[in-house]
Amino acid sequence: MNNMSKLSTPGVTGNILSSDTYGAEKTENAPFGTALIRVAETNPHIVGLTADLGKYTDIHLFAERFPERFFQMGMAEQNLIGAASGLARTGFIPFATTYCVFATRRAYDFIAIGAALGQANVKIIAGLPGLTTGYGGTHQGIEDLALMRSIPNLTVIDPCDATELAQVIPVIAEHPGPVYMRLLRGQVPVTLDPAGYQFELGKAKLLCDGNDVAIISTGLMTARALKAVDQLAGQGIQAALLHVSTLKPFDVESIISLLRRVPRVVTAENHVITGGLASAVADAVTNGGIPVRMRRIGIPDVFCDSGSIPYLINRYQLDATSISAAALELVRS
Amino acid sequence: MNNAQTSEPQSKIRSLEHRALSLRRHVLRMAERVGQGYVGQGLGIADLLAVLYFDEMKYDAKNLKWSDRDRFVLSIGHYSIGLYAALAEAGVIEIDELDTYGADESRLEMSGSEITPGFEMTGGSLGHGLGQAVGMALGLRLDKRQARIFTLLSDGELQEGATWEAAMAAAHYSLDGLFAFIDCNNQQADGPPARVLNVEPVHQKWEAFGWDTQRIDGNNIGALVDAIDRAKTVNGKPHAIVLDTLMGKGVRAFEQREKNHFIRVDASEWSALREQLESGMTPSGDERIS
Repeated sequence: MNNMSKLSTPGVTGNILSSDTYGAEKTENAPFGTALIRVAETNPHIVGLTADLGKYTDIHLFAERFPERFFQMGMAEQNLIGAASGLARTGFIPFATTYCVFATRRAYDFIAIGAALGQANVKIIAGLPGLTTGYGGTHQGIEDLALMRSIPNLTVIDPCDATELAQVIPVIAEHPGPVYMRLLRGQVPVTLDPAGYQFELGKAKLLCDGNDVAIISTGLMTARALKAVDQLAGQGIQAALLHVSTLKPFDVESIISLLRRVPRVVTAENHVITGGLASAVADAVTNGGIPVRMRRIGIPDVFCDSGSIPYLINRYQLDATSISAAALELVRS
Repeated sequence: MNNAQTSEPQSKIRSLEHRALSLRRHVLRMAERVGQGYVGQGLGIADLLAVLYFDEMKYDAKNLKWSDRDRFVLSIGHYSIGLYAALAEAGVIEIDELDTYGADESRLEMSGSEITPGFEMTGGSLGHGLGQAVGMALGLRLDKRQARIFTLLSDGELQEGATWEAAMAAAHYSLDGLFAFIDCNNQQADGPPARVLNVEPVHQKWEAFGWDTQRIDGNNIGALVDAIDRAKTVNGKPHAIVLDTLMGKGVRAFEQREKNHFIRVDASEWSALREQLESGMTPSGDERIS
């Protein structure tokens, strides 16, 4: 963990503002805010809203560029989503930002009824996914994917890095219908090569191929899964890595196709292991009738401690080594 | 009904009273078919809906998506019986479709939703309407449209915190194209709000939240027309019009029921109830005025 972070201090929770770059060699600043401005330059229907978290979700950049198209709703998440749904019903494409915990816990009914049931063209952009804040159970959005995945009509996306985030924004702006996207903010690691990667809504991407073991990951865990693939290669194990950024609709076909060939799988998610990626993979293989052996990397069924990010990643075993260890166990047992 | 104080011509008031009576007939027709429904609410709010749909609102019954239409946003989904009546009277849906109220596969659900033409959003999970109305008002203003938003809430719904989140935002953004009607019929699922959880003083609450506020007899057509006209002269603030209404208005047996949040009636009783409506609600100036 020593080089896990440039900004976090091991042993100290730190300010919630801190962006943790997890030791990434390259980062980009505020990829969401920048991408939203880029889309809004040509699409006058894009509007922005936040619930007193503009600076903390990078939408302040949009607010500065397009003040007349930005609506500060104050600490009122139900109204944030309600008003966004109303704006959508007058033809606008609202991007509404807050934290995962506040969007999905406080405003659940408003997402379900206002946005999803009516298929309003609302984009919910939710920060601090999983263990990306040192604050404890109040701020860590550990079960948001499970909640959002269960709502009909809602598209759910957990991007990996700055490259993918920047690609997701124009795609969901064009996609008619409600979307929930997990946000990485501030200095965001660049893991995927923009020249070689293209996000497609609802499509999983095979980032590495191998026949010994499969890793299926979502969100920022894909960066750690890539390291795990390298660690495994060092031990002579060829791992396939499938990155699933769209949790809903879920790319069952790609998963089935991979696991038919490689029936040993480690799932990796920055989320509780119930109701998120692991559950979706388990559903897919059960429905597909494929016998697979599976290990789940993710947060157990607990509210997590507060503490420094490196401490939390280590405490809940969300690091690359935990992924490669699980893969090794599958290969060797 | 005494409309002596209104500044509106009596012919217009009488015409709207006739509309309100038609809406009440439609409400009874719907409820009689299934033997139950939110009849008290539908009868109680008929006067407001008559004024909005047949006097105040600009809309095109044949082009519901017209961008410049005024929007009616029903937050209290169970009042749908009243809105179905207005939409049928306005020609948005066929009168005969009213007979499907609450039936399987019908678009006319007991708690209404946007599957019905003319419903701008899905209410019913209470506390949603005002927030969406705020968003629509922001959107219309940004789009430089003159269209207005009329939304209907209830007294019980004021217990939902989201209503006040939206009330704050509407005042903050000076949404003077937004008109919220708060139906105070003094009845929610578990009884009168004063016993369930007191919502008064309603007028002062809206005023304190920065709204242009009036409180009127919501079953008086003339008072409704006047209040809307007065609200339109106030710029820079959203408008709250608090309506004191009588649940079951026009049908004495319903008006006098203690528990009328949801009404079930035996098939044999409907003809007497219809007769009560016809004898009690003849518009002002007609011979049979009560």
